[in-house]
Amino acid sequence: MNNITALKELLYKIADDQLIIGHRNSEWTGLGPILEEDIAFSSMAQDKIGQSEHIYNLLHQLGEAEPDTVAFTRNAEQFHNSQLTELPIGEYDFSLLRHFLFDFAEYLRFGNLRESSYQPLAQVAKKFYGEIKYHTMHANTWIYQLGTGTQESHDRMQNVLDKYWNTALGMFEEGPAEELIISEGIFMGEKALREKWLEVVVPLLEKSSLKVPERDTWEPIFGGRTGKHTEHLQPLLSEMTEVYAIDPSADW
Amino acid sequence: MAAENNKTVDSLDPRISRVKISSGDSSDMDNLVHFQTYEVFHQKKRGAQHQHVGIVHAPNPDMALLYAKEQYARREQTANLWVAPSSCISATEYADDDIFSTTPDKLYRNPATYKVMDRINAFKERGMKSTDEV
Repeated sequence: MNNITALKELLYKIADDQLIIGHRNSEWTGLGPILEEDIAFSSMAQDKIGQSEHIYNLLHQLGEAEPDTVAFTRNAEQFHNSQLTELPIGEYDFSLLRHFLFDFAEYLRFGNLRESSYQPLAQVAKKFYGEIKYHTMHANTWIYQLGTGTQESHDRMQNVLDKYWNTALGMFEEGPAEELIISEGIFMGEKALREKWLEVVVPLLEKSSLKVPERDTWEPIFGGRTGKHTEHLQPLLSEMTEVYAIDPSADW
Repeated sequence: MAAENNKTVDSLDPRISRVKISSGDSSDMDNLVHFQTYEVFHQKKRGAQHQHVGIVHAPNPDMALLYAKEQYARREQTANLWVAPSSCISATEYADDDIFSTTPDKLYRNPATYKVMDRINAFKERGMKSTDEV
């Protein structure tokens, strides 16, 4: 596999993650628990979708189709997002926990990509690093409030953490060009990312009185990176592309 | 808590319908307590003064900072934000605002005749150092 193919594979999974989780988080608009929180979550959803557009543009420069085409015309099997991002929003406890687990992974990923040997990607990572840092501050503040809040809030957070830990580990599914990406200095690789992520999120969860499942029970749920998705992705795509599909050639 | 009214909101927007919000009456809100308010101060650039821009409702200072960012640092430049509980603010009484009534007349308090820039420019022209006597 050559560099360009490896690079495209990396860019697709980053952009697809952002687009899909951005879309899911936007489903909370108008339904948030309090006004300012509704605004916060919607803003961050917009941020994620904006970031995905920048990455789709990098792909376009490498020969892929235009961002709108790539975002709105692919089917579920062609998407490389992790399964964690496509799950329905559930209740706010799940969405907040997903926000915490995913955004810290993305923060550490972008932190490393600022030093990527592929300059255009390094520039995008530098540009968005501060924005993503805020997302993690928001997530961590909420997880701490709820983890140490009431018995109900604590139990709800512990339940979603137990239930979705293995899905979250699926974010770190290694690609076919993992060694090439590492040796070329494009990215530190999923294994290294996972290590850093554990070093950061486990202490924060503990501070919030939440326990991570026992190590010997960990079974990462892979598949997203190779187009194997849950039954939730296709309905998401049908809804997300509904307006675009009415007239794909329209000028917006 | 058993809902006497089992109706849920039905919307043209499928995202609203599938969340099944109960269309209860406003007595649902009676037990909810408002968060305290925090006054928000926004600083555009380092070195500038923080400006009061409004309030946020929040349960504690950490959440207040998050919400201040969402409400008051959405657009344009921001270097820094302060939040302080509204309960920390001490204020004069409007009923006593007559204590300020003669202030606008006291023009002798204005620095109108002290032309600072003229003096600074003259200082520079004379090539003096800051330790020299004026």
